Order: sequence, then C-alpha cells, then structure tokens
Amino acid sequence: MRTALALGAIAIVLCAVPFVGLPAFYESFLYLLLSAIVLATSWNLLSGYSGYFSFGHGAFFGVGVYTTAALTGKLGWNFLWTLPLAALAAMVLGVALGAVVFRVRALRGELFALLTLAITFVLATIALNAVDGGPGIMVNADIPKLAPTASGVLYLLMLAAAALTLWTAYAMFHSRFGTGLFAIHDDEDVAEVMGVPTYRFKLAAFAISCALAGLAGGIHAIFVSYVTVAETFSIALAVNVVLMSALGGTRHWLGPAVGAVAITVLLYAFTSGQAAVIGRALTGLILIIVIVAMPAGILGQILKRFRTKTAPVRLPRSEESMQKAVRHSSEPILLVRGVAKAFKGIQALAGVDLEVRRGEILGLVGPNGSGKSTLINVVSGHYAVDGGSIRFEGEELVGKPAHRIARAGIARTYQIPRPFPQLTVLQNIALPPMFGQVVMDRASAEREAWRWLEFTNLADKAHRYPGELNLHQRKFLELARALASRPKLLFLDEVLSGLTPAEMDGALRLIRAIRDQGATIVFVEHVMRAVMELTDRVAVLTYGKAIAEGVPGEVMRHPDVVSAYLGAAHV
Amino acid sequence: MPSATLLGQSVLSGVFIGALYGLLGLGLSLSWGMLRQVNLAHFALAFLGAYVTFQLAAVAKVDPFVTLAITAPAFFALGMALHWFFLRFSVTLLNTLLVTFGITSIIEAGIQWYWTADFHRMENAYAAVRWKLGPLFLSLTDVVTLGFALALAVGTWAVLRFTDLGKAIRATTEDAPIAAAFGVNEKLLGYLVSGLAAAVAAVAGLCLALNHTLAPVQIYAWMGVVFAAVMMGGLGRPIGPLVAGIVIGVSEAITMAVTNPTWAPLVSFSLLIAILLLRPARFS
Repeated sequence: MRTALALGAIAIVLCAVPFVGLPAFYESFLYLLLSAIVLATSWNLLSGYSGYFSFGHGAFFGVGVYTTAALTGKLGWNFLWTLPLAALAAMVLGVALGAVVFRVRALRGELFALLTLAITFVLATIALNAVDGGPGIMVNADIPKLAPTASGVLYLLMLAAAALTLWTAYAMFHSRFGTGLFAIHDDEDVAEVMGVPTYRFKLAAFAISCALAGLAGGIHAIFVSYVTVAETFSIALAVNVVLMSALGGTRHWLGPAVGAVAITVLLYAFTSGQAAVIGRALTGLILIIVIVAMPAGILGQILKRFRTKTAPVRLPRSEESMQKAVRHSSEPILLVRGVAKAFKGIQALAGVDLEVRRGEILGLVGPNGSGKSTLINVVSGHYAVDGGSIRFEGEELVGKPAHRIARAGIARTYQIPRPFPQLTVLQNIALPPMFGQVVMDRASAEREAWRWLEFTNLADKAHRYPGELNLHQRKFLELARALASRPKLLFLDEVLSGLTPAEMDGALRLIRAIRDQGATIVFVEHVMRAVMELTDRVAVLTYGKAIAEGVPGEVMRHPDVVSAYLGAAHV
Repeated sequence: MPSATLLGQSVLSGVFIGALYGLLGLGLSLSWGMLRQVNLAHFALAFLGAYVTFQLAAVAKVDPFVTLAITAPAFFALGMALHWFFLRFSVTLLNTLLVTFGITSIIEAGIQWYWTADFHRMENAYAAVRWKLGPLFLSLTDVVTLGFALALAVGTWAVLRFTDLGKAIRATTEDAPIAAAFGVNEKLLGYLVSGLAAAVAAVAGLCLALNHTLAPVQIYAWMGVVFAAVMMGGLGRPIGPLVAGIVIGVSEAITMAVTNPTWAPLVSFSLLIAILLLRPARFS
C-alpha cells in the first residue's frame, strides 16, 4: 500500500513536469535521461537476463527511428500512429533474426556479440542506400498538443515508454519467464534439460527487447527532427547501453536504469567541444573498471550488502503429502529400442535395447566409455539420436526437444554437478518445478524447493550460491534439483563418485527414500557395492550395446559381463 | 558494366586492400585463436600506430619505414601490458571484447584530442612512386603493404610450423595446463604472442598511414571487414586471414565498380553473418 502511494506520487510529479513552465532545456535533458533508461533496460531484457550480449541494440533503435521518419516525413502519416509500427518493425526484424540465430547452438557469447555488430552495419548500409539516399530525412510531424511545449510532449511520450519498459522488466524479472532466462544465462543446456523452453524464451525476450527499442526510436525521430544514418545507427549507442547496464547491474531489473541515469548525467557534464572527447574516454575507462572490478554493478553491489544482513527466511513446510508409493511392476515405463548415436565416426551407442519398469531401481553399469552417459544424454533430449526409438509411457520421445521430455516427467543429474552458478541454492532447486509436469508459479515452486532442501539436508544453505558448497553438498543439490520437478523417471549419473563411505551411506538412504515416494530410478554407477545393494535389476552396457539385463547377482556372473570387465578367459 | 581496364584495376586494388585486411587480421587471429582474447582494440592500436607514424614522418621528417624501429617495440610492450592486464584480472573471453571496446574508446578519444577529428594524409616521397603495368597502375606503397602482409603471414606460419617455439605455442593453444605440465613456459609464450600481435598492429599502422587518409572514426570502419576475414580464414592461423582478406577485398572492389560504392560494406558484413550462421562451431 505504501509503495503504491509512493509510486502514484512519483508518477504525478513526473507527469506534471511539462506544465510548470520549466525552460525547455530541462525537459530535453529529462527526455534524454528517460530514453537512456528505455534503451538500457530494454537491452537488458535479452542481454542481461539471458546473457546474449547484443551490440546491435542501436540497429533496432535505428529501425524505429527510420520507420517513423519515413512514414511521417515521406508519407505524411500522423506521428502517434507510426509509434506502434516503429515498435512492430523492430520486433519483426528481431524475431526474424532470432528465429535463425537462436537455432544455432554455438552462437553464444562473443559470436552473438559480433553477429549483432555486423547486423548494425548491414542495416545502416541498407538504410543509407535504400531509404534516405544519403542526405537524411527531414521529419515535420504534427506533434499532438498534450503539453504546452513540443519538448514537453516528447518528454511525456518517453516517460510513458520508460514506465512501460520498467514495468515489463519488473514483471519479467519476477516471473517464470525471467527465471528461465537467468537459467539460460548460467547454463543453457542444463536449463533446457530442466524444462525451460530455451528457444522460445530467447525469441520472446529478443522480440520484447527490440520492440521497446523501436518504440524509443520512433519517438526519437521527432525529437531529432532530422534523421541521418551516421547519427542513428551509431556504435556509440550500442556501447553506451552495454555500459549503462553493466554499470548499474545486469542481473536486476532496475540495474540498467540506475546505470543509465549515472552515465547520462556524467556525459552531460562533458557535452561541448573538446570535453565530449574526455567524456568518451571516461565512458571507456568506466566500462573497463566495471567489467573487471564490479561485475555485479552498482545495484548488484548494494543488494549484496543488503542481502547478507537479512537473515534467511524459512518458509513453513508445505502441507501436501508426498506422492504415494508405487509398487514396482513389470509394466515398462521406458522402452529403448535400437538407439544409435555416433560422434564423428565413434559409435557411442550401437543399437541399445533397454527396458525400465515402473517403480524399480535399474542399475546401469558398464566400463568407461561404454555409452552410459550418452544414453542419458539421448533420453533426456540433449543429443539427437541417429536411429531407433525411445518410448516413455507409450509416447515417442525421439525428435522431441529436451524441455518437452522434462515436462513429460524425466529428470537427470549430472556426473559432475552443473548447478546454475549465479542462482542461489534455493533458486536452483525452485527452477525445475516451474517448468515441470505441473507448471507452478514462483511462490509454490519455492515452497516445493524447501521440501527438497530439507530432504537433502541443505536447508541451511538455501541462500548460498553453489560455488560455496563442497562436492558432497553439490551432489545433493544436483539430486534435490532433479527431484524438485517430481519426476516419474530419474536418471542418476554417478551420484556416489567422489563421496566418502559415510557420505555414500547417506546418499544410499536418500535414493531409497526417493524410490519409496514413487519415482522410477535408473542408477548409473561404478561403485559395485552400491549397485548390488540398491538395485532391483541391472543392465550392462559395453561398446554401445546392452549385453545383459536381469537380477544383479545373475547378471554379474554372466560370462559376457565378466569378459567385458576383466577380458576373455583363456583357459 | 564497367570496362575491362576498370575492372582489372578494381581487382588489383581489391588485392592490395585485402592485403591490409590480412595484415590487420593477423594480430587479431593470433590473439583470438591462441590467447582466447577478442581484441577489438587491435584496430585502435593500428590507427594509433598510423598517427604516430604520420607525426614522426610529417613533423619530425623521419622516413616512414624508419618509424617502425620506434613503433614496433613500443607496441610490443603495449601488447604485453594488455596481456598482463587480462591475466591479472582473469578476464573471460566475452569480457575481453568489452574491455577492449573500452580501450578503443579511450584511444579514439586520445587520437581525437591530439590530432583532432579532421582527416589527415601523410605526405611522403614513396606515395609518388607508381608503375604502369600494361593498362593498369601499381603504386609502391600498395606493393609494400602486400609485401609486409605476405612476409609476416608466411613468416608466422613457418615459425609455428617448423620451430620448437612454434610447437610449444601450438601445444599451449590446444591445452595450456597440459603444455605447462610438459615443461612449456605458457605464461611467457602468452606475453610473446600478445606482444607480437601488437607489433604487427604497428606494421599495419604504417601501411594505413602510407595508403589511407586517417580519421578517428575510421577505426570502426575496418572492424567488420577484418573480423570477416579472420573468421573466414580461421582463428589462430596466419595465412588464412590474408587469403580471406584478399577474397573479400576483391569482391568489395568489384561491388564498388559495378554498383554504388556505398554498398561495399554489405559484402563483408553479409559474409561475416553467413560464416557465423553456417560454421559457428569453428570458433568455439
């Protein structure tokens, strides 16, 4: 209630600015401040949240500028009508680009940055040759009389754009969408396997980011009133938004706005003549210092101090009962038939047949390099198979994206734990329930996460980051994260390796408890004691083929299995 | 359609400008492929080298080629300092891009402050030396650029290919900790490669000053083309970028001859985008 009142008061004050008769200079300065907020915040929606650093934000802004400039200046349209079109044009371009780029797995990090840089130059060349032909476009639009002065009107429009942008950033930050984007930032492959529809999320974030930049561009076309390619598609703009966001903090919705205010005020101090050169050098210097010394940005730094002071809040245990135990039956939950996968000529899987029955713990063993991990990667959808069929509860999984497979109820752990390093332990575990079989909102997902934190004895580490945990705790985090989505089928990839005997006993108890709650488990392990103790059945893999399947004691005496591990007997 | 002479002259100038792309790309390719640093500041360094050459030649009347004795060692030291900075703060690959963007802004501002934003052209005796080759013209400065580019690319290739030093560098590129475990001083090699890359920027700067008008904003004009050349030619490879640079230079020159010159940037940037989309795995 108090925050609502405060926000209302701020809104009234900001809206009143053009009506109190300030010199036009102040309106223009505030306008520039707001446009910096819009551009930096909208850039951050894709680049900060999901880590796809774009150097092409200037291009989408430029598309907005040129859309409005061409429609009002050349065709005489009403200025206000062109604004949605400016946003739309930038968005369409972004979606078209993203639809191609985001399909290419390796196009991340510096390659994406270079690509977007190149896009800027391509668009600038096209705009120069095809739209304005060189000299630029004169924009004479009728500015609607919303305020006493023209600069006041533009200020109000940009204020509305800024409010819209900040609201979008806030809403995304607190939603499943934002959480998914942050997971993509940390480890895109794992995010996809945990159920995040990474492609769709990136595309949507890019679309929103571009649309807001295009909107700002549309308004800006009127502000500058004379549009040229050199001024519009400048690299300086792209660098400035990166700088503003990094300075303020890319991992918070408000960070870029903080940075935008700081940089705009700073640059304003160096506007005229030679001073502008000093301003440019200063922004370069600040960029270097921020990247090297302040990776969390101003806001991130402040919040970090704030967070350590507040004690972790423990949520009450949820009332829901755990899933009922399922008696194991002979009904197959997963049927793998003739699955093959080769990597550049190495046949990792050469026609694997495997059956996993509902409610059992199936031990999957085999020598190093026999294809166990590849099989998990194939079933969870990380790799596409070359041939064969994988049916889960009667439904074909081959050809489905990994996040759909996660949603169907299959989860996995990684042999070397792969937590999202920049999410807290609690956030790590709360992610899969948001994207699981039953989609949960953030609050109920966090309640669910607490249950698994307590189950794995990690509750006191809830607000720590994975980097602060030891290996044993990280393995348990990995387990808790896989469990949180309440999978029907769970692949455990060497959860015991590297644990001490005492820790191992704890882990075994935990795995039994998981099964008792109704999950079917495929247990990949080298520790034979654990395999013999824990599993109902065992399957043996060597050279990418399943050579035996059955009760542990019998399978391990099977001559083929003995020779796979110890070599053929020469008697 | 332009005449055969015009087209021939275009191809020739494309080869020469491509040589400069390759020369600029050599340093970029080495530091990206071997040190895992995307050094945008390479372009700013080359321009700084060009301006220093211009200053020494035009004001102090030093022979342009003699200036290399000053710029090359100085830049070698700068390259080592940059590498020290990246090591000291363990800067990630993406962040090297951002940090060197910052450095670019600082150098650009420095150039603009000292030499102003105006265009400068280095007057020198070599520029007047031209030969006639049938209907085509050849200028000495262009030939010198091609010579430098060829000599440095082939020289680097030979060192990497045939010497123990080269073997050590290649091993470090592939797996630095393992190379170190086998007795390779990978820290020292890193400084050496970074220093050499910067020294090559000094040579590129000399060629820029010999052949082109200088202005601070032009730093950015070279980025896309050279990146396209490096990525086409291959990271960490000395000769690839030169060959790719010449291919791009010639296609640009033909584009300019056939259509409006302002369309030329489209060639290199479209190429860059196409390479990124079709062969991204080459760069990771």
